[in-house]
Amino acid sequence: MTGIRTEPITINLGPQHPSTHGVFRLRVTFDGEEIIDAEPVFGYLHRGTEKLAESRNYVQIVTLTDRMDYLASMSNNLAYVRTVEKLADIEVPERAQYIRVISAELQRIASHLMATGFLLNDLGALATPLVYCFRERERILDLFEMLCGARITLSYMRPGGVLQDAPEDFWPSLDSLIGDLPHYFDELESLITSNEIVLARTKNVGLLTDEQAIDSSMSGPNLRASGVKWDLRKADPYEIYDRVKFDVPIGAIGDTYDRYLVRILEMRESVKIIEQCLEQIESGPIRADTPFFIRPAAGEAYAAVEGPKGELGFYMVSDGGVAPYRCKVRAPSFINLTPLRDMLKGWKMGDLIIIFGSIDVVLGEVDR
Amino acid sequence: MNYLSGFVDFYTFYDLSLSLFQYFGFGDNAQWMSYLTAGVIISFIVINIMILSTAFYTWFERRVLGRFQVRRGPNRNGPFGILQPFADVLKLIMKEDTIPSEADRPVFTLAPIALVAPTLLIMAVIPMGETSFLGSLNIGILFIVGVTSVNSIAIFMAGWGSRNKYAILGSMRGAAMLISYEIPMALGITSVLLMSGSLAMTNIVSSQNVWFILVMPLGFFVFMAAATAEISRTPFDQIEAESELGSGYNTEFSGIKFAILFLAEFMAPIVTAAVVATLFLGGTKGFDPIPGQIWFALKMFVVIFVLLWFRATWPRLRIDQIMGFAWKGLFGLGIFNIFIIAIEIMIFKTEDGTLSTSHMLIMSGINWIITIVTLLTLMRIYGHKKLERPIPVPSPLANMGVEAD
Amino acid sequence: MTKIISGSELASSLEEKLPGCITASNEVDVWVSPESLLDVCETLKDPEGLDFSYLTSISAVDYIDNFELVYHVLSMRNNYSGVIKCRCSSEGNLRGEPTVSSVTGIWKGADLQEREIWDLMGIKFEGHPNLKRILLWEGFDGHPLRKDYLG
Repeated sequence: MTGIRTEPITINLGPQHPSTHGVFRLRVTFDGEEIIDAEPVFGYLHRGTEKLAESRNYVQIVTLTDRMDYLASMSNNLAYVRTVEKLADIEVPERAQYIRVISAELQRIASHLMATGFLLNDLGALATPLVYCFRERERILDLFEMLCGARITLSYMRPGGVLQDAPEDFWPSLDSLIGDLPHYFDELESLITSNEIVLARTKNVGLLTDEQAIDSSMSGPNLRASGVKWDLRKADPYEIYDRVKFDVPIGAIGDTYDRYLVRILEMRESVKIIEQCLEQIESGPIRADTPFFIRPAAGEAYAAVEGPKGELGFYMVSDGGVAPYRCKVRAPSFINLTPLRDMLKGWKMGDLIIIFGSIDVVLGEVDR
Repeated sequence: MNYLSGFVDFYTFYDLSLSLFQYFGFGDNAQWMSYLTAGVIISFIVINIMILSTAFYTWFERRVLGRFQVRRGPNRNGPFGILQPFADVLKLIMKEDTIPSEADRPVFTLAPIALVAPTLLIMAVIPMGETSFLGSLNIGILFIVGVTSVNSIAIFMAGWGSRNKYAILGSMRGAAMLISYEIPMALGITSVLLMSGSLAMTNIVSSQNVWFILVMPLGFFVFMAAATAEISRTPFDQIEAESELGSGYNTEFSGIKFAILFLAEFMAPIVTAAVVATLFLGGTKGFDPIPGQIWFALKMFVVIFVLLWFRATWPRLRIDQIMGFAWKGLFGLGIFNIFIIAIEIMIFKTEDGTLSTSHMLIMSGINWIITIVTLLTLMRIYGHKKLERPIPVPSPLANMGVEAD
Repeated sequence: MTKIISGSELASSLEEKLPGCITASNEVDVWVSPESLLDVCETLKDPEGLDFSYLTSISAVDYIDNFELVYHVLSMRNNYSGVIKCRCSSEGNLRGEPTVSSVTGIWKGADLQEREIWDLMGIKFEGHPNLKRILLWEGFDGHPLRKDYLG
């Protein structure tokens, strides 16, 4: 076409931005409204967790793991203590396992609520769905405060069990919350799921096929939204997940709407898991008897849990001392960013933030 | 029913100052001097009323949005936070007024003024009694449509003057959107004009024996959607989308200029509500003994609240979806609406060309049925069916339950 | 339950297809030579053969006289997992930058993980489309996760 010569424009979606979830930079090249290339740049939150872990003893590292995915502390803790227990051959009492699973599922609900709220905030629904999601998250954080005194960076689990038993008023509050949550999810869904505008903006946007997802090592709700029915809680059950019945929701085509819907359905499944745990839990010890300084035998172990963002794993090498020789984190948000470039190519500027928001990345985990 | 009486407007001040200047013996000069004086006084009144109402509207919006979102709105400055707008304005006035070094100075400085002036002008011609503030304009509606078009150039000026990539992007989209939505707005107004037979706003009000929202609901829908887009409110507020690429066309404005832009943005819904109340909700008509002005204020309040409700509930549409909605959806519906109204008027017209109340009621019945049927059919075709979710099938690439040998 | 394929099984299957690639193996682990890493990974991913379609993670550990790369792989279709290790060191200069071939062409998920290993451990991956520092800023000197990096 002669006459008008156009040139692609490179725009920097800078690290400080009202809508990227944390300090994340994207250098996007546009041709008019269409995205030709998108290069993510991160590392602004790198604190050297893996190196720090090599000079702390096994119990101190629990606080380091809190701060990686700061919105899902319980899952980080769980992955870490499971790896240490595998490394040092520690057996965890049953009651501790039940409490761990209850906390992990509550944390999953809180994290997914936050992801949904922020996705809708990016869609432009001012802050109304966000505040509705936060209202229930507040109740979950209050429960966590009862358990361990903190709301976000919890450090609740220890190799061998949990820090302390739940106080008396924890169980009735948990009961009332579990009773309210299904109605609450119905209210949220009626506001969002069949809303024309949400459908028009998220349907068929940001597609990821199942082959692409598996090849790019995606995990978590993003993988399941592409139709791959893979959940570590069912494929390789840990703790007491083999004793509870729940379903693994999957998506149909792997677009943004599927990723959103899978999270909502997973929250409902988590409620079912917690209900079953509440029926099955019995009293007993909540922490195995471990020495103050855990010195595992020389060796290595890899253990993973199904966190809210995906497969969160730790690979630890021990040389027999009080601190690990190498502690490597398999961070799901970091690896979920692999297909970001391919997911963004060809879409419009208005879809950029939505596709990025639907992957649900937490920068603390990406950068460690 | 004296719903149109008792109003103070331009001509009262004109007569007052004319007699005053003639008394003081200015003779020939008295005329233009009294025009000047009356003009200044009326502008002072209108601007003050509008700015105060906008200030209270920002407070109202923030409180009500808070209520929608299960939180309080502003509640620190003054009882119930009622002095919040004054605190905001004080802060903005005290800020440094920055101008980017490469900016186009005249365009940059004039943009906020160009944005706020049309809004004030529209308010000045809305009839709130027998006449409006500027007297009884016999081309009222045409004036409003013409003056609203200045909005688009003002938004473009704001973006262009900033010499900032994001601002220009935002304002280009804004200008494209605004000029696209003027056509459905004009189509919605045309159907009202067909019914009332005159361009003057007072005649439109007096011809509404049955409110036009009942007589032509499709026209109301088209006009309301187009007006929401003209004032760039959710779901059409893509141009000031804060969650994408900075702040759009008002990125580089600070201090007083930003305060004026902000003012224009919040004055627009009030003025839109006034226009909608006049065109479709019967203006100052109401029941005795409550004066017409109170009815008008009530109707404006309802429309403002509905606009606020939209903002609190819905997410925003993408720019290409917004344009598609204007050109494909509203344009077609607007023309269809005019067609129906024209046919009905031809059928029901009496000898001297007016329509009686009973005819209007029959029309409203027919039109409501037509509107509901049309909208439902369109939703079926373009809406949910296309956006239905297929049943998920697990991919064969993963098998969780396989117990490996 | 995901079955963990033991080192000896993996060693025997790999030895069949690619003789000479195994440097060492015991019950749990199997070590392959850096030169044959690319072929080994292709064999692993082969859908007719072992069908390890999913790369869970790549880790790098710094044992002072050599570096060890650990590949955790998973077969989603058949629900078993395995571990492949590869010891590498740079010729002569023990603390230099050892080079290994990149598996990005086989599993795309290795992309960001190999960049991180280059950034923090200093192992170069040949054939990687974009081997730049990812967590630290460009121009940073050194590789912090090494055992001899001080401050």
